[in-house]
Amino acid sequence: MPEKLYISPSPHIFENQSTPGMMKDVIIALTPAIFAALYFFRGKALILLLVSVGSCLVFEAAIQFLMKKKVTVFDRSAIVTGILLAMVMPPSLPVWACMLGCLIAIGLAKQLFGGLGSNIFNPALLGRAFLMAAFPVFMTRWNMPVTLDAVTGATPLELVKFGHNLDVNYWNLFIGNVSGSLGETSALALIIGGVYLLIKKVIDWRIPLAYVGMVLFINFITNSVAPETYAGPLFHIATGGLLLGALFMATDPVTCPVTKTGRWIFGAGCGLITMIIRIWGGLPEGVMYSILLMNAITPILNRVTRPRRYGT
Amino acid sequence: MKNLQEICPNCNKEFCKGLWRQNPILIQVLGMCPALAVTTKAVFGFSMGMATTFVLVCSSLVISSARKLIPPEVRIATFTVIIATFVTCADYFLKANFYTISKELGPYVPLIVVNCIILGRQEAFSSRNNVLASFMDALGMGLGFSVVLVLLGSIRELLGFGTVFSYQVLGGWFQPWVVMALPAGAFITLGFLVGFFNWINAKRKT
Repeated sequence: MPEKLYISPSPHIFENQSTPGMMKDVIIALTPAIFAALYFFRGKALILLLVSVGSCLVFEAAIQFLMKKKVTVFDRSAIVTGILLAMVMPPSLPVWACMLGCLIAIGLAKQLFGGLGSNIFNPALLGRAFLMAAFPVFMTRWNMPVTLDAVTGATPLELVKFGHNLDVNYWNLFIGNVSGSLGETSALALIIGGVYLLIKKVIDWRIPLAYVGMVLFINFITNSVAPETYAGPLFHIATGGLLLGALFMATDPVTCPVTKTGRWIFGAGCGLITMIIRIWGGLPEGVMYSILLMNAITPILNRVTRPRRYGT
Repeated sequence: MKNLQEICPNCNKEFCKGLWRQNPILIQVLGMCPALAVTTKAVFGFSMGMATTFVLVCSSLVISSARKLIPPEVRIATFTVIIATFVTCADYFLKANFYTISKELGPYVPLIVVNCIILGRQEAFSSRNNVLASFMDALGMGLGFSVVLVLLGSIRELLGFGTVFSYQVLGGWFQPWVVMALPAGAFITLGFLVGFFNWINAKRKT
């Protein structure tokens, strides 16, 4: 606060919460998932993480410098974007493609829209969506964990959807011993990080709850209607990027609605779109597109769910 | 006989405005349908631009010379019939001489009939200006449209296939970006082009 007399409309109570502080909490919360990624995907994960974080920082500083804006590269938001982007990439992705994804995430999704706080779409997910559209072959080539065997690397979602193999090992899904993107495989690590964020109140519990609840609900219905076609009740929560998306990406404070009702709708919508894509769509995984689509209607949700003033 | 200066005092200006200041795609954002749909390769953008320019110039000539005969109540219908005549000519010309290109362009050549650049120029310019001014206006608009289409097509072809006008530019190391050959690539490229030109215009003003 400046020292001169400051007159402003409500709210007058401020919380001592800053962008670097929030970002630090997110990085701490991502640490278990980073370790899980390093354990299961070894050197490939290390290289991708370093390249992704490094290029996000470099691109952020360079673009802000070129656009003659204040260089805010030390607010840690670029680090978070870099980690999240690496988390949603397949381990065998070439390094140059990873850098291109960082350029799209930082340059197109974040800085061209006006920098941190003004972006419509989650930068990391937009970077991944671009890579997915540009290099579909690289983005769907998976490695088995630990051995990094690339031949039999189909993800559990692909196995269930295209291979109709309903024999799922839930323990492996839980600890992350399955193929998939770097940070999305280990449900355990993601839940630890998510609980930390919820305790620190960095994220709102409504979005993950609505998201996971919706997925659980649809999963339960489809599984009870046709258990021989659709996987068991917890399958869709433990697989794919769902926990990563629900805990770390849908809750991005910039791109999710500000009202409580809006957040309920946002989370439930994400869950609904994810399940529609996973069960009836052409792709095995729908978390990325569900969050991006809900990001797009966030301004509408904000307007529709604006609370009524008392007395009107 | 009157001299040129008297018939068309701002000939230069009428021609140049279509290229930059009122560029149909970058400034007016008209004719998006062909601009986004056919520019997967530079050569398609070029043929589309040329076909549109031909139709635009010919119909501008006819409409501006007949502008006092066309009753204002049915002017849109009249314009459409005149435009459709030249579109049919262009379509058959492409089919006869450049069959593969015509096949690739598909329905977008017949669709020039409803291209809003052409109808817009007739409504806004040719129906109230003389023949020479209308000709310069149509030529400028058509060329401005073609240049942007070729630019769009070149960028998309370069990144999507590694070639420009089917000439290999990027070597074997280059991994084509599939997205650039898809509609999404058209939107991304167009967005960047419009942003870039706005940026240049903002720079020139200051």
